[in-house]
Amino acid sequence: MLLSIRELTKSFPGTLALDDVQFDLRAGEVHALLGENGAGKSTLIKCLTGAYQRDTGEIRLDGAPISPSSTLEAQALGIGTVYQEVNLLPNLTVAENLTFGRQPTRFGMVSGRQMRAEAREMLAGYGLDHVNVGRELGSYSVAVQQIVAIARAVALSGKVLILDEPTASLDARETETLFGVVRGLRERGLGIIFISHFLDQVYDLTDRITVLRNGRHIVTGETAAMGRVELIHHMLGHELEEAERRKARHGSGKTLLTANGLGKRGRIHPFDLEVREGEVVGLAGLLGSGRTETADVLYGRTPADRGEVTDANGPLDLRNPRAAIASGFGYAPEDRKTDGIVADLSIRENIALALQARRGWSRPIPRSEQKALADEYIRRLDIRTSGPEKPVGELSGGNQQKVVLARWLAMNPRFLILDEPTRGIDVGAHAEILRLIGELTEQGMSILLISSEFDELIAASDRIIVVRDRTHVSQLVGEDVETGRIISAIAQHEEVAS
Amino acid sequence: MTALNARALPLYATIAIFLVAYLICYLQFPAMLSTRVVGNLLTDNAYLGIVAVGMTVVILSGGIDLSVGSVIAFSGVFIAVMLRDTGLHPLIVFPLLLAVTTAFGAAMGGLIHGLAMPPFIVTLAGMFLARGAAYMLTIDSVPIDHSFYDLLQGAYYKMPGGGRLTLIGVLMLLSVLGGMILAHRTRFGTAVFALGGGAQTAGLMGVNVGRTTVMIYAFSGFMAGLSGIVFSIYTGSGYPLATVGTELTAIAAVVIGGTILTGGSGFVLGTLIGVLTMGLIQTYIVFDGSLSSWWTKIVIGALLLLFILLQKGLLSLGQRQRSGAT
Repeated sequence: MLLSIRELTKSFPGTLALDDVQFDLRAGEVHALLGENGAGKSTLIKCLTGAYQRDTGEIRLDGAPISPSSTLEAQALGIGTVYQEVNLLPNLTVAENLTFGRQPTRFGMVSGRQMRAEAREMLAGYGLDHVNVGRELGSYSVAVQQIVAIARAVALSGKVLILDEPTASLDARETETLFGVVRGLRERGLGIIFISHFLDQVYDLTDRITVLRNGRHIVTGETAAMGRVELIHHMLGHELEEAERRKARHGSGKTLLTANGLGKRGRIHPFDLEVREGEVVGLAGLLGSGRTETADVLYGRTPADRGEVTDANGPLDLRNPRAAIASGFGYAPEDRKTDGIVADLSIRENIALALQARRGWSRPIPRSEQKALADEYIRRLDIRTSGPEKPVGELSGGNQQKVVLARWLAMNPRFLILDEPTRGIDVGAHAEILRLIGELTEQGMSILLISSEFDELIAASDRIIVVRDRTHVSQLVGEDVETGRIISAIAQHEEVAS
Repeated sequence: MTALNARALPLYATIAIFLVAYLICYLQFPAMLSTRVVGNLLTDNAYLGIVAVGMTVVILSGGIDLSVGSVIAFSGVFIAVMLRDTGLHPLIVFPLLLAVTTAFGAAMGGLIHGLAMPPFIVTLAGMFLARGAAYMLTIDSVPIDHSFYDLLQGAYYKMPGGGRLTLIGVLMLLSVLGGMILAHRTRFGTAVFALGGGAQTAGLMGVNVGRTTVMIYAFSGFMAGLSGIVFSIYTGSGYPLATVGTELTAIAAVVIGGTILTGGSGFVLGTLIGVLTMGLIQTYIVFDGSLSSWWTKIVIGALLLLFILLQKGLLSLGQRQRSGAT
């Protein structure tokens, strides 16, 4: 056994984060560590990498007990970590990043040539032969940066590699490249701990699965022998309700708005779109296919240069987000960390933000009113927090997303665009967001839902529009709304295009 | 290779602007190409060049050091008063002073890291402290009258054409060379760039953030002390009101030299060019004779604006490149 964790316990004031947890990692396996947010995955990893000190229990690496007191010490012992956000320096060259801290020196001066040679050697076998190690890391895609980070971790540590949500910002092809690299490392005998929210990837890549829940070890088993329903059952601890297909109600509502030939050169080909009241329109497609671009022209983030959007009263002004908000639009963007929330502001301030913007800054919303608003949405959306004054940055991903939703609900928009509302949040919060979408439409709100998870789209949408190569290629209604049809719509078009 | 070039573009732009400016000056006043002018350019800007090298390292790390102008003034006063009152030899006073200014910088670095305070505030406090300390020593201009100083002031190499390459000019060039090696050729230098790229990430990659921060501001303090020595040789006196605002001139030279003010990217050599460009403008105004010296400030302001725009453009170019790459 390469790594073995026994009876690990870690508590924080008020909570027992890890309770008598055990975990084993063999050399030459990819081991998935799964659990909802708050299950104890991060705490376990942090105890392993020295970011936290355990209270009791034992960690053995190659049979010898270890107690790393810092990330660097863990690294030196053989435990390397690669995080979702690449933890390298984009302003340094690839070679500098790879050799950082161990740059070859001659007479106290760094030898650039030798450094680049070493860097090329470290990258050999990762399929990055086209990468110029003398270039800045930041000039390469996230996928390349991610693989460079892995190469560095492997070269530095070489026994245990922890991959913490490494694929969250990669598209399908990049993910496949990354998995190729991970499989190669498994062949070389590394023990790899893989943390991901994407169950498909877990089944695609891993050999064994360990599930944690509420700080306890629930189960460890062979991936091949564990069914999805069983796995989700372990993760949630209660039977997940069968994802019910939303009852299609299209045609029952009145038309809310119509887009005619709306488009923007270089971003999205002109498209027609009709949205009815109380309807969820799903937008399916691969990353970069034109999903977000569609949302951007509708919301005026990148104003359309042709076509128009009309409602019952005539054309709408959508030149910029302010105008779109005035027309009753709302938009929760894909990257909530950079575009959605203001992490340092409190829940109350984040919720009041858009409402305040509409009122104008000269007429501040009274604090008591803001607080009432925050309290209401914390209750209605079940935002888990110690109070409305907690900075949003300290909430979990799912709760952050609820704050973004609350901000728009406070505006009471008639048309809400949700771009990847469930990305990076745990299974339980995922279901709650979908339930919320259902509730909102019952109150008459129309929603444009963008998601890369087809299951989610199918469960939540009345209609699905498929985009491919920045073009709206197909619309699926009623019985046709199923994964197979979406995929064939995307694939079919690809054949025509190629 | 395009990205490498893009990174160095501000440096090339600085050099190009300097050469074009020099050409314009030459066409109007052919005498400006003489070694006399070049020698004076180096001598007159020696103290600024030295302190700007320290400032470059600070800015590369994502910080700022507002104290250096006051530290230069303090250094001059410290030297003048020590020589007047104690009778110590300058060769003993100099190391003493450098120890004081280096420790002063190190202390600021320690506060910045230890208290997680913004460098702007800490070094602003340092600026007032150093200026106040200079006033405490004397409120008058104290002339330096020492035979060793006469020696230092008189030391020069006569270049062909009659120009004088003075000791302080050479000291400045050596400082730039030392700064270039330190920033671009040592592990410490990489750590400085790493801090400029992101302190948290740098820490995860193994940079001792605290020690590096202390060393960066200690280096800046050392360079400010050295600049103070050079300034005292240049002026032959110590005056507590001297070099007010020099820290801002140094920052301007660094930015015109192509270093990005938010840190993580830049060149020490560019700073030298930045200093020389500013010196050139002043020389031109002297040659012209009819222009007000305020034109120096106006041209420097315009140049700064130009470089900020250039960097902004490069930044967005880089982002587009990244999103386009697969």
